[in-house]
Amino acid sequence: MSDTHAQTVGYVRDTMIDEQPAPVGQTGAVKWIRENLFSGVINTLLTVISLYVIWVVVSHLYPWLANSIWDAGSLTECREIRDATVGPDAPAACFAVITDRWQQLVFGFYPPEHYWRPVVALLVFLAAIAPVLFQGIPRRALWLSAAAPFVLFALLWGGSIWGPVAVALGFVIGFVVYRVLLPLAGNLAAVLGAIIVPLLYWLFLAGPLAGALTSVAPIGLEYVQSKDFGGFTLSVVIGVSAIILSLPLGILLALGRQSNLFIINKISVAFIEVIRGVPLIVWLFTASLLLNYFLPPGTNFDLMLRVIIMVTLFSAAYIAEVVRGGLAALPKGQYEGASSLGLDYWQSMRLIILPQALKISIPGIVNTFIGLFKDTTLVVFIGLLDPIGLSNAIRASTDWNGVYWELFVFIGLMFFIACFSMGRYSLYLEKKLQREHR
Amino acid sequence: MADPAIDANVTPPRMEVSEEIAVQITDMNKWYGSFHVLRDINLTVHRGERIVICGPSGSGKSTLIRCINALEEHQKGRIEVDGTLLSSDLKNIDKIRSEVGMCFQHFNLFPHLTILENCTLAPIWVRKTPKKEAEQAAMHFLEKVKIPDQANKYPGQLSGGQQQRVAIARSLCMKPRIMLFDEPTSALDPEMIKEVLDTMIELAEEGMTMLCVTHEMGFAQAVANRVIFMDQGQIVEQNEPKEFFNNPKSDRTKLFLSQILGH
Ligand SMILES: Nc1ncnc2c1ncn2[C@@H]1O[C@H](COP(=O)(O)OP(=O)(O)O)[C@@H](O)[C@H]1O
Ligand SMILES: [Mg+2]
Repeated sequence: MSDTHAQTVGYVRDTMIDEQPAPVGQTGAVKWIRENLFSGVINTLLTVISLYVIWVVVSHLYPWLANSIWDAGSLTECREIRDATVGPDAPAACFAVITDRWQQLVFGFYPPEHYWRPVVALLVFLAAIAPVLFQGIPRRALWLSAAAPFVLFALLWGGSIWGPVAVALGFVIGFVVYRVLLPLAGNLAAVLGAIIVPLLYWLFLAGPLAGALTSVAPIGLEYVQSKDFGGFTLSVVIGVSAIILSLPLGILLALGRQSNLFIINKISVAFIEVIRGVPLIVWLFTASLLLNYFLPPGTNFDLMLRVIIMVTLFSAAYIAEVVRGGLAALPKGQYEGASSLGLDYWQSMRLIILPQALKISIPGIVNTFIGLFKDTTLVVFIGLLDPIGLSNAIRASTDWNGVYWELFVFIGLMFFIACFSMGRYSLYLEKKLQREHR
Repeated sequence: MADPAIDANVTPPRMEVSEEIAVQITDMNKWYGSFHVLRDINLTVHRGERIVICGPSGSGKSTLIRCINALEEHQKGRIEVDGTLLSSDLKNIDKIRSEVGMCFQHFNLFPHLTILENCTLAPIWVRKTPKKEAEQAAMHFLEKVKIPDQANKYPGQLSGGQQQRVAIARSLCMKPRIMLFDEPTSALDPEMIKEVLDTMIELAEEGMTMLCVTHEMGFAQAVANRVIFMDQGQIVEQNEPKEFFNNPKSDRTKLFLSQILGH
């Protein structure tokens, strides 16, 4: 005979049990500490060792930071101040190098009277991506976002505004060609036309057109050369351009890799594997050295532009693989559901497949972007003055010869803020989509 | 009957079958690589017919009806749907798909869209119906399948039976002339099978041309005017339901029926 009523036959509960608090000692901080830090010999040992390591790090770092000196004109001056206040040999960070040189770290050799331009450009950029990143902003704002790249170019580089306008016109031409050819010649011809016609236009017509317009109406900001870009401006311009360009390219490559069309499939696979299989630094050297041999003599193809293209291609290959994973994770039924309703290939991709595949891929995509952004520091090896390059330059001056950690801490912190924000945004997006779709 | 979902003793409603041909399949063959999955299929479906296709698992039932809206391509023979010949021409295929509705075993609703968006998507993008109009039509069909109050939920929030009814409504929003069903109830819990079958019966009574792969024999007896038995990629036997169930001719059919009905 069982001793609980529930196990006997014919039992009926007559009173319901009220909710009761858990026994004391089973909740709260004490329980957490006991369970997570001291739940056994090994765990206790690990806790003690970790505490020791933390102590060592903090005991060295803290005085260094606490004694830091923010106002000095050179490292020697820093040392004098330190000797006077906390005594010789005391650890003291000399962040005065940042207060003295932050403009260089942020803007590179951008003309100081034009520092407002990168700042405004950053604001324009943030305004332009807001409707993409967050819902609740009218969808029509996306058209302004599409125009943003050209505005940003005109702001950052300056020169006649007709250059960017002429380039933008190419996209309009492509769109018109597609629309005109679609009913006449079918999808494939329209797509080819929309690629070839603008290319021809850019190669042969855009330059003269911009020139003619400039001679008629010379408006625009003062021209700033690419070689004057540096510091975080350079990193952000390269990173953001590559991020924005590599996402659509990566998606197209992923679709290409999935495609049944033999040539498109093989081209995508070859592209992805070749680009991914070679280190980025090699591609950057290729961009800086080799491309000169392939380009017609006399053409002065901007080094920064070359770097942007290379970084874009590089991360596009990674994005493609991430997105491919997302595509593969979708059940076949989604493709069939879309086809059975009569949606054509691009419609099913755009409306059904990609929204879901990209949602799955968000962590991987953002991960790739974070990697890309940090990899922009590699451009120092081909002579571009990113923050690392500038820190070398700053150290080369007699004033700041010998400053290492302070510069790196600052640069690291800036990168951390940017990358951490991206990571947080990715989490926000994942959560939001999760909420919406379940 | 071993099948409680449908009362087979109800007299089938009078449903007109016209002379007009909806689907004509002639000498159709299909291979998966070297595997000959469909062999010499000949089938004519008139407008207004309700055809039930049954047969053991792997006999090619799904493949057959998926060939009708070109989800699978056939390698030999002709398939004509609504007078349009199925060829590799993409224009033809998209046209046929937009006129032939299909419901799947696993519903294949789009989880990232609401029920209403699931229903309006194809009318808006394929038929270019204005959004307002498409939404009205969608609500009409959602009422018909008796779930208008779920319109703003996501598929994941609905029960299986509700999802399958949404899938039916989604197909109906395209105003199809032919509906294909591939085991629409076999992924459902028993208590949900009836609500889906009821919807299908209602559809049949309105004169929809239907091809259903199903093992719901009660449904077959109640609404089908023809039952087709397939085995090993071939049509082995077809007859009107009464004859088919009471007086099967081939041994394979007898064996199959005895297994499925548990005689
Ligand atoms: N994509 C495919 N590739 C290869 N063989 C397949 C494929 N789909 C189905 N088959 C095979 O074709 C046969 C018929 O499949 P199917 O039409 O799904 O059968 P049913 O729906 O009657 O159970 C099965 O033997 C199955 O294994
Ligand atoms: Mg099947």
